[in-house]
Amino acid sequence: MSTAHGNYYLPNPSPWPIIISFGLFFLALGAVLTINSLGAGPWLMLVGTAIVAYIIARWFGQVIGESEGGIYNKQVDRSFRWGMAWFIFSEVMFFAAFFGALFYVRQFSVPWIGETELLWPGFDAAWPTAGPKGPMAITPDTVAGANQFSPMGAWGIPAINTLILLSSGATVTWAHWGLLKDNRAQLITGLFLTIALGIIFLALQIYEYIHAYTELGLTLKAGVYGATFFMLTGFHGFHVTLGVIMLTVILGRSLKGHFRSDHHFGFEAVAWYWHFVDVVWLFLFIFVYWL
Amino acid sequence: MATATAHHGAHPTGISRWLFTTNHKDIGTLYLWLALILFFVGGAMALVIRAELFEPGMQIVDPHFFNQMTTMHALIMVFGVVMPAFVGFANWQIPMMIGAPDMALPRMNNWSFWILPFAFVLLSSTLFMQDQGGAPSAGWTLYPPLTIQGGIGTDFAILSIHMLGISSVLGAINVIATILNMRAPGMTLMKMPLFVWTWLITAFLLLAVMPVFAGAVTMLLTDRHFGTSFFDAAGGGDPLLFQHIFWFFGHPEVYILILPAFGIVSQIIPTFARKPLFGYNSMVYATASIAFLSFVVWAHHMFTVGLPLAGELFFMYATMLIAVPTGVKVFNWITTMWRGSMTFETPMLFAVAFVFLFTIGGLSGLMLAIVPADFQYHDTYFVVAHFHYVLVSGAIFAILGGAYYWLPKWTGHMYNETLGKWHFWLTVIGFNIAFFPQHFLGLAGMPRRIPDYALQFTEFNQWSTVGAFLLGFAQLLFLYLVVQTIRSGKKASTQVWDGAKGLEWTLPSPPPYHTFATAPKVK
Ligand code: HEM
Ligand SMILES: [Cu+2]
Repeated sequence: MSTAHGNYYLPNPSPWPIIISFGLFFLALGAVLTINSLGAGPWLMLVGTAIVAYIIARWFGQVIGESEGGIYNKQVDRSFRWGMAWFIFSEVMFFAAFFGALFYVRQFSVPWIGETELLWPGFDAAWPTAGPKGPMAITPDTVAGANQFSPMGAWGIPAINTLILLSSGATVTWAHWGLLKDNRAQLITGLFLTIALGIIFLALQIYEYIHAYTELGLTLKAGVYGATFFMLTGFHGFHVTLGVIMLTVILGRSLKGHFRSDHHFGFEAVAWYWHFVDVVWLFLFIFVYWL
Repeated sequence: MATATAHHGAHPTGISRWLFTTNHKDIGTLYLWLALILFFVGGAMALVIRAELFEPGMQIVDPHFFNQMTTMHALIMVFGVVMPAFVGFANWQIPMMIGAPDMALPRMNNWSFWILPFAFVLLSSTLFMQDQGGAPSAGWTLYPPLTIQGGIGTDFAILSIHMLGISSVLGAINVIATILNMRAPGMTLMKMPLFVWTWLITAFLLLAVMPVFAGAVTMLLTDRHFGTSFFDAAGGGDPLLFQHIFWFFGHPEVYILILPAFGIVSQIIPTFARKPLFGYNSMVYATASIAFLSFVVWAHHMFTVGLPLAGELFFMYATMLIAVPTGVKVFNWITTMWRGSMTFETPMLFAVAFVFLFTIGGLSGLMLAIVPADFQYHDTYFVVAHFHYVLVSGAIFAILGGAYYWLPKWTGHMYNETLGKWHFWLTVIGFNIAFFPQHFLGLAGMPRRIPDYALQFTEFNQWSTVGAFLLGFAQLLFLYLVVQTIRSGKKASTQVWDGAKGLEWTLPSPPPYHTFATAPKVK
């Protein structure tokens, strides 16, 4: 807990926060213009993304330099730990909103729509559904139409992806053991394997999306099933992508000889994040694909 | 190591001091100024609303612009005034109250602030796009399907809400890390000043619900532009789903807007009653229970949408349960004053007014919590009266009281007590003239968010408008007073208030740029 903090590191004034705020501003403005098909939108988004990416690199670069320079004491380290832990908690709540939506439509709105004979005669309130606005066909060989789609089965690619992500959780832990034992080769191999598994996961996910769009008629527009399916798996995929980038940075740092067995918060933060992404996937597999 | 020791010398001046600062006091000041500026922007919008409602019929603005005003007024007051003001207080006070050298994550602290001006530029720019539909106008609650049909202003609102969410989450993380990790030796959790406790709990609420709000508006965005059907029954979704998600965020949000106010008032009252806070432990537990219960009452905003009976009953009883810990708090404030040797400087006036008027708001809340009664009150001016009693005479009064309380510490100057008292009385009188009649309007059936009304409502509306203008213009006095206090005024002592207790009062007024570089000992 609280120790004397005569040497708690207080950073100098920094230009990064305000510049990255500019970047966010351009990104947001560009996004609004883009979705409304207004001229400069994509360019603004590009500029915004470039600023954000550049500043993140510089900002983290500085923090890494400070950390390796040995100016962070244990108390600073604890601040980072609390920060990362509660950041992940906020991410959990973000996913909770979408899971909440999924449970709500399955438990309440779809059955209720089914009870409304006057508005939707003949609507069969079964899950999965694209809703009453069009005919549903959920057999595998249907031609894609406005609301005709086949749902994504659980036991093909999704099951394989579950295995992949679970193994990647194991490999990152193995890498951590390596770091704790000062076995750099194990650390690096473990990270490398984790990244490789993450990339394979993403590749399969992309393949699955293409399959859904071109063959199953399953799109974002396929009613509330399509919406919950793509938003949940899409945000998850986005987080896996971030996780892979973070792991790659950690791998790079490991190759440069960063981290000590008693001083490696950066590694642990990424490992926590990776486990979080893993657990979200388990819920996805159960509630989106399987049940 | 060089940088670690060099920073005490680094004290940039001019504009870059404010742009790049990593100092909790500077960042606190930035937050407070932003809140004050937006207070006037949001206030001006309120006066447009009240001016239009002075008489029945359409006078000043067209209905669409009226709706933009109600929507923007609420968004700005909630996200631009009350929340940033509280974060400003947190920045200034938490490190000084727990004996920390700064916030735990100083660069991130600067980032949390600087996102806000950009977000509000984005949001407010929509007012200048009247040809494209102008500002968002479906109400701050953003209900679909109306919000799905809005113009480009809605998209600006959604993206700015994302930015506000990032800012709040980062700010909350910083507060938690600071409180959990930066306390001086001996400052155990149950010795922390109540303001710090209320902020710790508020930060958890922020982390739990801001991301949910972000999720909700993301679904709005994809329903608007990417063909999803979250809120469209034709695709199997449900507009009510949005209301559930929104209020799962929204009800804890109203506690985010009041818990730090509880904290401020719990600092002020003991000082001017010259007695320790009555029932410190029960205050902490009451705050925590309020926060916990705030997650299971959201559907009291939806009693009239056709919930199943079991749902109506559950949410009614759960809502009423919140009155218990809230009552504990009010009881403790009153008991703290009981037989105290009280004086009534401006901060205390605001705190006492808070206790009275917030309680009125709590009681109207209880009336609204009764399902069959709410069938009558819902979406009327009674609700408007309720939330202005809790938010203006609650949150805003606490903010004003807190500003008077700590301004001498921050600036090193005493404010002008006579002017402060004028400000207080004009504010209290204006406030009550503006909002008390709205209870009657609501009970008589005047709907909220409508620019026109039936003739029989005229008189109360005229009172309300007169009160609102009095309330609004009285705030200019506050602005004047703040500037005057910064520039001149009697030198404030270290102690400032003779009854004040706590670490911040051991520091000189104004405190040096860096304080508690070596931690104080707390007995
Ligand atoms: C004892 C405590 C409270 C109770 C029982 C309570 C109850 C309620 C109920 C039932 C409603 C819905 C009324 C309707 O729309 O028909 C409501 C609305 C509202 N309450 Fe409270 N409330 C309490 C305290 C608070 C506090 C502390 C705040 C904020 C600081 C607050 C802010 C609001 C707001 C902003 C609305 C209106 C939201 C909108 O529809 O725009 N309330 N309250
Ligand atoms: Cu509520």
